[in-house]
Amino acid sequence: MLQNSWLIPLFPLLSFVLLLIFRKSKSEGTAWIGVLLTGLSLILSIGVWISVWQGDGIKVEGTWFEIGERAITMGYEVNPLNALMLVIVSLVSFLVHLYSKGYMHGDDRFPVFFAYLGLFSFAMLGLVLSPNLLQLYMFWELVGLGSFLLIGFYYFKPEAKAAAKKAFVMTRIGDVGLFIGMILLFWQVGSFEYDEIFASVRNGDISSGMLTLTALCIFVGAIGKSGQLPLHTWLPDAMEGPTPVSALIHAATMVAAGVYLVAAMYPLFQASETALTVVAVVGGVTAIFAASIGLMQKDIKRVLAYSTVSQLGYMMLALGASGYVAGIFHLTTHAFFKALLFLAAGSVIHAVHTQNIDEMGGLWKKLRLTGPLFLIGALAISGVPLLSGFFSKDEILASTYADGRYGLFWLAVVAAFMTAFYMFRLFFLVFTGKPRGDQRGVHESPSVMTLPMIVLGVLAIVAGYLNTTWFGTFLSDYLAGGPVELAHGDHHGPGWIPIVATAASLLGIGLAYLIYQKGTLSGDWVTRSLPGLSNVIYNKWYVDEGYDATFVKGTKGLSKLGVLFDKYIVDGLVAAVVSGVQGLSKVGSRLQNGQVQTYGTFAIFGIVILLLIVALTGGYFT
Amino acid sequence: MSSVPLAAYLMLALILFCIGLFGALTKRNAVIVLISIELMLNAVNINLVAFAKYSINPGLTGQIFSLFTITVAAAEAAVGLAILIALYRNRQTVNVDEMDTMKR
Repeated sequence: MLQNSWLIPLFPLLSFVLLLIFRKSKSEGTAWIGVLLTGLSLILSIGVWISVWQGDGIKVEGTWFEIGERAITMGYEVNPLNALMLVIVSLVSFLVHLYSKGYMHGDDRFPVFFAYLGLFSFAMLGLVLSPNLLQLYMFWELVGLGSFLLIGFYYFKPEAKAAAKKAFVMTRIGDVGLFIGMILLFWQVGSFEYDEIFASVRNGDISSGMLTLTALCIFVGAIGKSGQLPLHTWLPDAMEGPTPVSALIHAATMVAAGVYLVAAMYPLFQASETALTVVAVVGGVTAIFAASIGLMQKDIKRVLAYSTVSQLGYMMLALGASGYVAGIFHLTTHAFFKALLFLAAGSVIHAVHTQNIDEMGGLWKKLRLTGPLFLIGALAISGVPLLSGFFSKDEILASTYADGRYGLFWLAVVAAFMTAFYMFRLFFLVFTGKPRGDQRGVHESPSVMTLPMIVLGVLAIVAGYLNTTWFGTFLSDYLAGGPVELAHGDHHGPGWIPIVATAASLLGIGLAYLIYQKGTLSGDWVTRSLPGLSNVIYNKWYVDEGYDATFVKGTKGLSKLGVLFDKYIVDGLVAAVVSGVQGLSKVGSRLQNGQVQTYGTFAIFGIVILLLIVALTGGYFT
Repeated sequence: MSSVPLAAYLMLALILFCIGLFGALTKRNAVIVLISIELMLNAVNINLVAFAKYSINPGLTGQIFSLFTITVAAAEAAVGLAILIALYRNRQTVNVDEMDTMKR
């Protein structure tokens, strides 16, 4: 099974190629190509995962090319971490393919959409299988391309076009950081191989300052891809893409690539205390920052987008706080429940044809399946006990506490409270109360859409039991077989942490219930008592405006200066050369006056000069 | 008899040639230019005659040659004047300044 793991990314690639051939086809049966091929990937991934679970692993490499004595290799590697990622990615990809069959029904570019999905799945699976940084970087850019194409899928909408460009440029800023980090590591180690890099780190071949620098550069790449502060602004805008894309790329897989990168390079981060602190602080601050914005958004997908940013912050926080297992665990559970939430949101949008939650309401009775599934997702992400989010979030809190980062711990607790609040604000506004918009013709989505949601719903409940203190810490035992040395082992914080976490989430749910369902508390009192703060939050802390005022305006100003420079200095130089040549030729043309006498004069002068030269150099007369 | 040295003849020819050259290059009247050219030719004749008498192998060759030159010069002057008259009929001028068709 393991020897064939290189086939996993090739199935979606095949699907991409085939669908490109059939891109003009009007038949929606083309979707089955994508569904079947990603299904094959899924089956193979599960097989590989089972082998790895039994303690196997594989690494196959061949020389790609050589620079001097350094060989650059290509190949694939399966270890516990990426086998898990393979399953997550191929599973969500398969379900999203299936779901899109229903969601994209009637779209003019139906096969193209599936082709792009295939391209993305190929790139993401390839990224996960890469055994070295260079190969990872290539796939890293390819997933960025897939994301760009899919965000801009509705290219006739100017917002979608702008969002696609924004996503590309913002993640590119991060990619530059990753690239610099990669080059620095190659300079220090002489190889892009994970194993060799980790060996050098262990042997202390790299100075500690350089370690911190490279780790931070690589983390900048993760910041860009995972939408962490301050490069998070592209992720909410990326919601302009079709909803299945948001579920696959901007919730479950691609944005988790940043977290995966930090996890894959974890020994490097472990070697630098500063780098870990930076990761933890960025993650923690992002978690609460994005959650606060999520409190006030009106677009169902944007709430989920900010929630994604916030949850990714949680994962970073866990990794930064030495909670390697907790971070991966949350990545896994989050992939399931956030994909579920997005697909359910897509189902709602599919039914009511709007994304504004002010125009929804009372959908519980009409969407008999979507409603309960959304509720499961919301309960899971809020960290209600017995669902998956509870276990993973609890583990993150515990490892943060155990790592002695008490400030970040309380920040994370507040963020958990906010998460529960905004998720249930969303739930109550969308599914309960009276219909606030035109809801004629609202009906449940077809089974091709509800089936993937049911699968994800089940996973959102049970995925948490992968790693519990009650039944066994399967996941951490499993991950312990990987290249990362889990120095701290299990993080068992004080017993009151789950209670605090549960209290925070229940408090959030209760508050949302009182404000948006019962109406006993008015949601307006915050807006009224703190108009300034709520305004700032509603406008997403003015980050976009800040970037506009500094970078965009700055660049424009700089280019204006450049225009002036070009106009007056470069063009001036050119004009000076031109007028110089013209002046010279005017003098020259004055000689050509057509007067035989002038010509004769010059001829005589010439002869005189020649004679003088001959006479003075003594050529003739000596 | 031979108290005048060769250098004096050559100097005379040189002065004559230079006057002719100066006239040919500076005068505006085409007739004067023609006359100046005759002057230059005559300077050459003086040279020829002087060398015929004072060179290492004195002989009549130079003198005969100068006779030819005078003949050719007369013919040349006739042709030149004819061209000049034709030009004058066309352009109503003998001013060399205005004869700049090479530039046009």
